[in-house]
Amino acid sequence: MTVLKAVQPDLRRKKVNWQKVAVITLFAFVPMFLLILFTYIPFGKMIQFSFHNMSYTKDKGFVGFDNYVKIFTKPEYVDAMLLSLYYMAGAVVQLALALFFASVLSLERIHGAGIFKGIMFFPFLVNGIAIGYIFKYFYTRGFVLDSVLQTIGIPLESLPYWLRDQSVNNWSLVFTSVWKYCGQNMVLFIGAIASIDPTLYEAATIDGANRWQQFKAIILPGIKTVFMLNLILSITGSLSAFEPAYVVGSMGANGTATFFIKIHQMAHVSQKVGQACSMAMVLMGLILLFTAAQRLFFRYVMKDADNTFNAKANKAKALW
Amino acid sequence: MTNAAIAVRHTNRNARIKRTVIKTLEYAALVLACFIALLPIWSSFTTSFKTAEEYATTNAMALPQDWLNFGNYAQVWTEGEMLRAFLTSASVVVVVVTVSVMMGSMLAYVLNRFRFPGNGLIRNLFMIATLIPGIAMQVTTYQIMKDLGFLNSIVGYMILMSGTDVISIYIFLQYFENLDVALDESAVLEGCTYFGVFFKILLPLTKPAIITVAVLKGVGVYNEYYSANLYLQSNSWRTISTALYSFSGPFKSSYNIICAGVLLTLIPSLIIFLVFQKQVYAGLASGSVKG
Repeated sequence: MTVLKAVQPDLRRKKVNWQKVAVITLFAFVPMFLLILFTYIPFGKMIQFSFHNMSYTKDKGFVGFDNYVKIFTKPEYVDAMLLSLYYMAGAVVQLALALFFASVLSLERIHGAGIFKGIMFFPFLVNGIAIGYIFKYFYTRGFVLDSVLQTIGIPLESLPYWLRDQSVNNWSLVFTSVWKYCGQNMVLFIGAIASIDPTLYEAATIDGANRWQQFKAIILPGIKTVFMLNLILSITGSLSAFEPAYVVGSMGANGTATFFIKIHQMAHVSQKVGQACSMAMVLMGLILLFTAAQRLFFRYVMKDADNTFNAKANKAKALW
Repeated sequence: MTNAAIAVRHTNRNARIKRTVIKTLEYAALVLACFIALLPIWSSFTTSFKTAEEYATTNAMALPQDWLNFGNYAQVWTEGEMLRAFLTSASVVVVVVTVSVMMGSMLAYVLNRFRFPGNGLIRNLFMIATLIPGIAMQVTTYQIMKDLGFLNSIVGYMILMSGTDVISIYIFLQYFENLDVALDESAVLEGCTYFGVFFKILLPLTKPAIITVAVLKGVGVYNEYYSANLYLQSNSWRTISTALYSFSGPFKSSYNIICAGVLLTLIPSLIIFLVFQKQVYAGLASGSVKG
């Protein structure tokens, strides 16, 4: 009964099972090595560098909290942080739309539901750089979007330059993010709704509940976990938003540089690695703070003891 | 007919009208959403068939004169060296998917089937790692890649991409939990080693999990552009993403040609999606809900 020993260790015999040691070492070594190499070492270095004035090649020494002080006193950094508010607003709209379409596709008998779902999901699979070109073309003066708006009777003169005009360009970028992720959120919601016991709806219908009541009493509680997960992902994603500004907004041109774009430029253009690391630390602090705040909110305010959505949530939408 | 019966019929009719209106609105919303999802891609599609002259003179939404004008595709394919980029991307996807599947399933096997000091520690290290946003660590990761000599190295890029993928480990962990330990026991009683148990008995049984992980990881790696742009700047190792990114140089604002390139890169994603739709949806769910 060797395996039983492995699964429930036999305390009477202390003889080392070398085969077991070999299999554990061999199978766990590489993943652990990579985890430490690409997560824990960079993490440690990030903390260390954030207190230094340094580039990739030269370290000019320890400077204490100087880098951190700069982040909060220079308006350009604070402005970049505030840009994430656009993305948060977009995230709220995105979640609402995703939830709406998920419930329509799950609860109603819709002909071609699979096709609708597939079409709305597909943007999630489009290459990021391709999205950049598609939307630069889409937003170009007089091109796709403008043509469509002219067709419904809006004159070109009254339309802004979608990517250049600073009063709208951040919304234009946020839209590309909603365009990409809405269908993905919807698919997650559909999956969660599908796991709700269907007899609940029947019982509710017999009791005379209408669709809205069913939604509130059955669906919302049933998908609470997935909803919170999506919410946390969207908010933390907004804080570290970079994709639209990177690929569509030409690397944050015209006042669209989000905080992460600033970090990227600081490190790879200005070569100020220490400063970039302190910014990354601030970004991480904000993300952890928001995640913790939301979890506390849901646990104590919403009386939610459900623990299944947890740390790994953060990784689910991180595509890299 | 009594008044009561008429009233009931009226309410029934009203209810029916209300249902029809709601249903119509729902379909309208769905069609509008699909229109918005498709419009940007559709406009690139139509533009990719336009000649340079047509592109310069016609409206962006006008349909191409010749739907069989593949000139732009030919040009982008050769001048953009897309075959090379596809081959590079394909090799990255194959290597990274294979390594991720092997690493994820092996680690999950060890964590799920054996008790040993450190089992909990390993699980915790992976858990905590998910709390640290990877995006924040790009700066120092770059330095490590540089120190390792992995700048402009396709092998380095592959290793970075195969690095800690918590999602695949979780998918495999869940799967192993549902595989009966009796399978292992009987195999060991018949003289099988632990390696044999894993490779000959358990791994073949995890095929659905393997497909899910492979599809998710494959699509993710195929579409990855940030690290590719950062670490593969030399022309010899362009992935699809970096090749696309470089188009703005030679093709400037000739969007008819660029769109052809964009459409070509969408084809593999579309095929994978159509073939593995179920696994893609399921993978997203299992990758995010549990754990």
